[in-house]
Amino acid sequence: MKTRLVEKNYSRVRAVASQPSLKSGEGSKIEKSLTINRSPEEIYSFWRQLENWPRFMQHIQSVNQTGDGISHWVMKTSHDRTFEWDARIIEDKPGQMISWQSLEGADVDNAGSVWFTPATGGRGTVMKVVMKYSPPGGKLGSVVAKLMGDSPEKQLAQDLFRMKSLLETGEIPTIEGQPRGGKQ
Amino acid sequence: MRALCWYGKEDVRVERVSDPKILNPHDAIVRITTTAICGSDLHLYGGFVPAMEEGDILGHEFMGEVVEVGSEVKNLKKGDRVVVPFTIACGRCFFCEHKLWSACDNTNPNAYETELETGYPGPGLFGYSHANGGYAGGQAEYARVPFADVGPLKIPDGIPDEKVIFLSDIFPTGYQAAENCNITAGDTVAVWGCGPVGQFAIRSAFLLGAERVIAIDDVPERLEMARQSGAHTITGNGHTFEDVKEATGGMGPDACIDAVGLEAHGSTLDAKLDKAKMSVKLATDRANVLREAIHCCRKGGTVSVPGVYMSAVDKFPFGMAFAKGVNIRMGQTQVQNYMRPLLKHIEDGDIDPSFVITHRLNLNDAPEGYRTFREKHDKCIKVVLNP
Repeated sequence: MKTRLVEKNYSRVRAVASQPSLKSGEGSKIEKSLTINRSPEEIYSFWRQLENWPRFMQHIQSVNQTGDGISHWVMKTSHDRTFEWDARIIEDKPGQMISWQSLEGADVDNAGSVWFTPATGGRGTVMKVVMKYSPPGGKLGSVVAKLMGDSPEKQLAQDLFRMKSLLETGEIPTIEGQPRGGKQ
Repeated sequence: MRALCWYGKEDVRVERVSDPKILNPHDAIVRITTTAICGSDLHLYGGFVPAMEEGDILGHEFMGEVVEVGSEVKNLKKGDRVVVPFTIACGRCFFCEHKLWSACDNTNPNAYETELETGYPGPGLFGYSHANGGYAGGQAEYARVPFADVGPLKIPDGIPDEKVIFLSDIFPTGYQAAENCNITAGDTVAVWGCGPVGQFAIRSAFLLGAERVIAIDDVPERLEMARQSGAHTITGNGHTFEDVKEATGGMGPDACIDAVGLEAHGSTLDAKLDKAKMSVKLATDRANVLREAIHCCRKGGTVSVPGVYMSAVDKFPFGMAFAKGVNIRMGQTQVQNYMRPLLKHIEDGDIDPSFVITHRLNLNDAPEGYRTFREKHDKCIKVVLNP
């Protein structure tokens, strides 16, 4: 659902970025909200430490903060293709929200925001993520499309479920490495 | 180790597979001493459950000895004897904190798939399809138990496996079904299906104070077992509504339990239509028992559904339920809520759950056990397996 509120917040992201690699009106948007049984401060701190992202984002291999709010991102696809970009934190309100934007020259143009709001009834935090990425086309064309998956919504949902599990329980559920028949 | 692996409809095989390993810090490895075939395993065996993959290890009723614990498991140690609940629960999410263990947010690696199915992510279950996480089950020599600090119940020495193994599923499932009936003194509870869950629902209804239990089935030995538990029995024969109404003095049961679920047989017209649709994969469940339970239930009574349903139900008599103000309760069992209190009932001698066991087999003979249980051959009601 694209609410007016989100559109409004998102335009603020674009307005603040100095050298955005995504031009106004470009890109596909995905968004998801989750309620997490942890405080906004805890979740904010976890997200603000950008090096944590590869722990739950399946295709992000590494993130290194290089200073001045700039970070270097490496993404690896299941086909072993690597994509890299620099991104800048363009808005940072401790305990409340973070916005980022990839910079010119990015292999995958992307931008996004994440908001942390106390949930009603003491149920922790409502976390809302809005991300935008470049549509298939240009020099990377179908590779990017494949890399982002047929359903970026699915990728984001799975990544966020993993993040929620990690924050609530300290681990991410898995069956990788368990026994099964016929494949010994 | 040896394990019972699923390969397709009516095709399960005992194979040698690798031993399970600790994969996460809250895991434990259990050496299984007793396991069982559940009625719901027959839905897998019959090919009714989607998202199964060849080689999946089945089994969600098991107990054994802890042989290894992950770094974050502080309350169990090597050598502890435990019964493992079939629902895997993290103990830390909103749902677990509200004792809705079988709605846990954090135990299904394929949570997104269940979110697509039901709107929200579902929990992980042992040996019950990749929609439920794809966890290897316990019809094996060993099993990996995630969140072992939350689910498994320690069992004191001196109580034999056969008295406590069913705390893993069917005893709590039958008990929850009865508890959902909100039984008060003088109540009559009718139970459709006298398989293992139905048998525990009957015993549990009495434990919870029902004055009378009416058991409905068409298998003589199952009705006999129900009679031994004190139930009045009715042979399902196409006039069940009339028989139940007559048996309750025209008033109807205060509560009706559907302990059959999506594979209901039956000779009524609606049952035949359901079967025809299922056979051409129109993806509707066979629900004639559910319809009958709603029909039989007294005004303002409760219909409680421990039987498993998976997809849409055709011709659900919603208007009938509305007109009578029927309460409908259902859902996967919150096993963790019942294990301790039911262990106490066992220790106090109120019930010996081993009464349902009719067949004891070695794990190697599990495929034969599935066939026998499925066909109800040899008066089979419940099969336990010893690895």
